Amino acid sequence: MSAAKKDMRTPLGRVLAHGSAKSGTGDHIRQRITAVAMVPLALFFTGFLVALTGADYETARSWLGNPLVSIAALLLVVAAIMHMRIGMQIVIEDYVTGALLRSIALIANFFFAYAVGLACLYAVVKIGFGV
Amino acid sequence: MVQFRLPKNSTMSEGKTFKAEPGAKNVKRFRIYRWSPDDTSNPRIDTYEIDLDKCGPMVLDALIKIKNEVDQTLTFRRSCREGICGSCAMNIDGANTLACTKGIDEVKGDVKIYPLPHMPVIKDLVPDLTNFYAQHAFIEPWLQTKSPTPEKEWRQSHEDREKLDGLYECILCACCSTSCPSYWWNGDRYLGPAALLQAYRWLIDSRDEATGERLDDLEDPFRLYRCHTIMNCAKTCPKGLNPAKAIAEIKKMMVERQA
Repeated sequence: MSAAKKDMRTPLGRVLAHGSAKSGTGDHIRQRITAVAMVPLALFFTGFLVALTGADYETARSWLGNPLVSIAALLLVVAAIMHMRIGMQIVIEDYVTGALLRSIALIANFFFAYAVGLACLYAVVKIGFGV
Repeated sequence: MVQFRLPKNSTMSEGKTFKAEPGAKNVKRFRIYRWSPDDTSNPRIDTYEIDLDKCGPMVLDALIKIKNEVDQTLTFRRSCREGICGSCAMNIDGANTLACTKGIDEVKGDVKIYPLPHMPVIKDLVPDLTNFYAQHAFIEPWLQTKSPTPEKEWRQSHEDREKLDGLYECILCACCSTSCPSYWWNGDRYLGPAALLQAYRWLIDSRDEATGERLDDLEDPFRLYRCHTIMNCAKTCPKGLNPAKAIAEIKKMMVERQA
């Protein structure tokens, strides 16, 4: 706010700024839906890992070959990655100031989330199909 | 990145100490933030020893006593001295509150008094609230209607009137907004708990016919969605209101009109 002294706009003009972005509710809804979805999915995944303690690769592969298990694992990846992307975006918007640095961080977050997400999906599918 | 440490010209030093008059038995120390725009020195903390036997019970009583009898240069806002005008909001003993409703006996040890956090300081305990007031003006805190004005009055049921309880009592002291980390970091774009509580007061008013436009203006990742339910606002409000709940209700209205 120290920049306010150089800013000749009226106080109300500064608050009005570029107007409403008419967005934010979508991410707000997605963040909550993915949080709810992750409760059963994370429980399932924990159970899955515990059940496979000490098992060999072939056993794990055959479990992930089951469509129900495979789809649950894919859903967990989608929910977790979407939740992670939105959460990280909010943290960046909160703490990273400066238009350029903020844009770079937001783009990096976008790329990172999609790259990690796609890698996870690819891994689940690859192991499930045993290719 | 957000600046978490004080800038060099804001770091504080030890200031003057004003001793209590000899013979005073019930002495309390008031450590008060001092800064003047009239010189180039950094802020300092002055210490005032006050005889509580000769002072009223509230922190504001002590501040007025200091200004009247000890140091006339001490600057602060005050008016009603009964918790209704919101002028004497400041940070006392680590929390934002009204000096006029905070009892001196509620504070253990020295009474530490600073201006409201993270606002530009005009002088001593007086913060610059220009942006805060502009944000209040932005939410257009008045009844807006499209229907022809009725002959007598805009009617409202008792049940609908009750929905305004816990909202209309806000005195715009700015304790909540200046206690909110989201407001500290993004106060230029996030409207803050005080303005949003007032926005909800008009959104929920059954007589108001601009609900859609009001929601349109608020639907923004920064104006509304910087609230992360940290709850400092509800904890610090000297009137016992809950701005965080009001903001959550606005978010619910946003979701309801999508689904």
